[in-house]
Amino acid sequence: MGPAATTPRPGGGARPPSWTILPSMEPDTRRAPHLATRGLSKVYGQGGAAIHALREVDLDIAGGELAILLGPSGSGKSTLLNILGGLDCPSSGQVLFGEQELTAFDDRHLTAYRREHVGFVFQFYNLIPSLTARENVDLVTEIAVEPMPADQALALVGLQQRMDHFPAQLSGGEQQRVAIARAIAKQPAVLLCDEPTGALDSQTGILVLDAIARVNRDLGTTTLLITHNAGIAGMADRVIHMADGRIASQQRNARRLAPAQLHW
Amino acid sequence: MRRVRLHPLDRKLLRDLWHIRGQALAIALVIAAGVGMFVMSRGMLLSLEHTRDAYYERYRFADLQAPVRRAPESLLERARELPSVRRAETRVRASALMDVPGMDAPVSAQLLSLPRDHRPAINDILLRRGRLPDPARADDIVLLESFAQAHALNPGDSLHAIVHGKRRRLQVVGIALSPEFIYAMAPGEIVPDPKRFGVGWMNREALAAALDLDGAFNELLVLQSRGARAPALIEALDDLLESYGGTGAYGREQQMSDRFLANEIQQLGVMAYLLPPIFLLVAAFLLHVVTARLIETEREQIGLLKAFGYSHRQVALHYMKFSGLITLTGLLLGGLIGQRLGQGLALLYMDYFKFPFLLFQAPASVYLSAAAISLLAAAAGSLRSTRAVIRLQAAVAMLPAAPPDYSRGRRASRQERRLPIDQPSRMILRHLRRWPLRAALTVTGMAMAMGLQIGASFSLDAMDHMIDVSFNLADRQDASLSFVEARHASALQELRRSPGVLHAEAYRAVPAILRNGTRRRHEAIVGRPAGAELSRLVDSSLRPVTLPEQGLVLSDKLAELLQLQVGDMVQLQITQGRRVQREVPVSAIVQTYLGTSASMSLEALNRLLAEDGQISGAHLLIDDKQAMLLFRHLKQLPAVAGIGLQDQMQRAFYDTLDESLGTFTFFNTLFATLIVVGVVYNSARVSLSERGRELASLRVLGLTRAEVSWILLGELGLLTLLALPLGAALGYLLAAFMVQSFDTDLFRIPLVVSPATFGYAGLVVVLSALASGLIVRRRIDRLDLVAVLKTRE
Repeated sequence: MGPAATTPRPGGGARPPSWTILPSMEPDTRRAPHLATRGLSKVYGQGGAAIHALREVDLDIAGGELAILLGPSGSGKSTLLNILGGLDCPSSGQVLFGEQELTAFDDRHLTAYRREHVGFVFQFYNLIPSLTARENVDLVTEIAVEPMPADQALALVGLQQRMDHFPAQLSGGEQQRVAIARAIAKQPAVLLCDEPTGALDSQTGILVLDAIARVNRDLGTTTLLITHNAGIAGMADRVIHMADGRIASQQRNARRLAPAQLHW
Repeated sequence: MRRVRLHPLDRKLLRDLWHIRGQALAIALVIAAGVGMFVMSRGMLLSLEHTRDAYYERYRFADLQAPVRRAPESLLERARELPSVRRAETRVRASALMDVPGMDAPVSAQLLSLPRDHRPAINDILLRRGRLPDPARADDIVLLESFAQAHALNPGDSLHAIVHGKRRRLQVVGIALSPEFIYAMAPGEIVPDPKRFGVGWMNREALAAALDLDGAFNELLVLQSRGARAPALIEALDDLLESYGGTGAYGREQQMSDRFLANEIQQLGVMAYLLPPIFLLVAAFLLHVVTARLIETEREQIGLLKAFGYSHRQVALHYMKFSGLITLTGLLLGGLIGQRLGQGLALLYMDYFKFPFLLFQAPASVYLSAAAISLLAAAAGSLRSTRAVIRLQAAVAMLPAAPPDYSRGRRASRQERRLPIDQPSRMILRHLRRWPLRAALTVTGMAMAMGLQIGASFSLDAMDHMIDVSFNLADRQDASLSFVEARHASALQELRRSPGVLHAEAYRAVPAILRNGTRRRHEAIVGRPAGAELSRLVDSSLRPVTLPEQGLVLSDKLAELLQLQVGDMVQLQITQGRRVQREVPVSAIVQTYLGTSASMSLEALNRLLAEDGQISGAHLLIDDKQAMLLFRHLKQLPAVAGIGLQDQMQRAFYDTLDESLGTFTFFNTLFATLIVVGVVYNSARVSLSERGRELASLRVLGLTRAEVSWILLGELGLLTLLALPLGAALGYLLAAFMVQSFDTDLFRIPLVVSPATFGYAGLVVVLSALASGLIVRRRIDRLDLVAVLKTRE
């Protein structure tokens, strides 16, 4: 573990003092397109061995919304996220990204969709070990249509001091923040996070969630975050509970809490 | 029957092997190629040696032959009394021209006598069809099988021969093989051509009468006592025959057929020990890469097994079995391939080497050696990974391995950072810098394959060059004609007047012994006219050499064998006529690829021999349109002993080359492809396995399949490009080594590698790499993005 994960931050997990709001990071008025599913089902396998990962899911996520998907293992959260991100295809049903129907896309168009509109953050970071933090971000900025500079993306997650470090030289939290910077550098319409704090201790986790909340707020990125951790639910606009491949319940938070106010 | 119950670990082993069957097969095939080549060449070598020895023994092939002009039969008893002579026999040998139906050009032939009332005690023949000559019939002849087959001659047919100036009709009564003519080639030729060189056996009396050798002989054959020293006996025979015109006894190592056979056996030896190690080295490297990766992916399983109580040794053994099984598969395949190739080679050899039979039989020792060396290669290849398995502690193994640290070599890294390249290309560079050894070995493996390809196919370039120099620069005549006996120079005028002869140049050839200290060589001294235009000598820069008025001009190989340099004195003893002995200076050294030669100016040679312008034959330039007329005319000339035609010699040479080299080039291309595919495919698969997660991440980030493939295949492409110059250099070195090891007094291969050969070898490497890349590319396309990302590495 690197120093960032073990050294308590001033203010007990609040925004580190080095974070600065850059002029271009003023709240974005662009409205990210609406993301919706209609009768979305996903079945793995066939016959008796078939597993219904998703059953007729109807969901609408407004542009700029921060939604949290909660639920036990096997409830279908990751499957839903992967389909929304164009990584997987449903067995039936529709996915709409604005006016476009994702479910009609072939592999090439799905790749383009991910390239231009979607940012991913995973539990295990998935950074390229042979590239430095900045270069990892540049991987995306080089191919994106309207990217922000890599330094700016890294500054947004508080890593301007560690831009030339390789993943092996960064702590888990720092690596995850690089992953976030990499995901948002293209200024995506949608940010999909699959257990982004699953491998982190709570203090580091809060730093990561803070970065995600900032991106959602400052860039207006529609954000979907999977977690097992109900304690995180307070930072979302909406909490969607999933069970057995269905949406079991949904609740709207009257007020979003700052990650620093969360406890788990 | 009870079902064999495999230990669960062995079952796991089989499943793991099945899982990487493509890679395992590629490695097994590389091993099989090495083993196959070893079994083929070593087995063929032993089969040839064994067959030759048995044949020589059974048909009593002479240890020594002593040609003599004319010696009385009574001398035989004295020869038999010489120390270490086991058996001795005399015979009559004659050069002849044969006029075969359907052949325009006359055919050179050797006629040999058979004893009247018994089988030859030495150099017996193997009668394949028909019968031996009837002692009562002077015109019965037994023909050498290859010659008879080439002209479809059978017992009962007849043909004409000009023997010692007399034309006679001969009756074919039998077809035979002889240990003397396993490789039957006319003197001065480069490859056997059974159409243009005949051998026949006749009654002693009949042949002796034709040559005026009644009660006399012109060749003495000797079998030595076992363990006797040949040089002492050669001296004794030379002393015995000197006053009868002995031109010098010689042993088997100077006998043309045996020399070529020995030369082929030597080449097989080089092949058996030079090429297979290349394959096994590559196989060792591939096993290293694959087992190292296997152990990395099975790290947690290794920890688990150890935690369960399996000993370090048991776990290591499990992974050694992995290499062992692949090697065993390769070994079995290689044994079969070697066996089949050997059988094919034996058939090919039967075209040149006329044995009664030639069976490819590799003894068990060959297979055992192949097994030993390939298992050694396997052990070398899996040594590091086995050590890693033993060292891995259970508790450590069950934790995921630390991510590879690319921060080492910061300075280089900083320079790389400034390179204006995209991140995927940067990944390629960093990966190469992080694992330089593997990259170097991959490059070396491919370079070896290319080198092998060049080493195998450069001989065609070399032969082309050799032919070009020999036939277009040096010997530019259309035909070379030799007289039965030396004639006065006026015979040249006669030849010049013959139909179709555009130009004729005389030469004089006399047998001689050259001595420098203890070194001695039998060599024909060739007298050449000043300003010769047809048959010329060329120096090492391939410029024509003007014959000096004095002294000897030696070919480079002869100078090397006698350890002579320009300006040195050499003892020259003519073994004909007055047997002049003189010390002469070496005045120049010239380049020849075929055989050895010693020349001097025709005038100087005539002076030395105190002759009045004698010549042994002539080189002719012929008008193609009148060639037929000329041949018909020459066949009638009693003075003509033999005619060699350059274009037929060339054609025979190329026919032989196409057949044998064509086959070898095919197999070498196949083997080189195998190595490249083995190396590139395995490297790519291992890389893919190591970096699958990385590549999947990039796909998730929105990089296209092509962009992601570039990271893996671009790296291999870069390595392939690096391998090309190295492969060219290795190929050149291998060619140089082969030139060295094939350097004999029979022929030397020039070190000439054409750009086309480099190009072809490079193309084989590039195409094989591309094919392997495409196979892996399909796997990249099928990467399961979700599965890869959900798991912890």
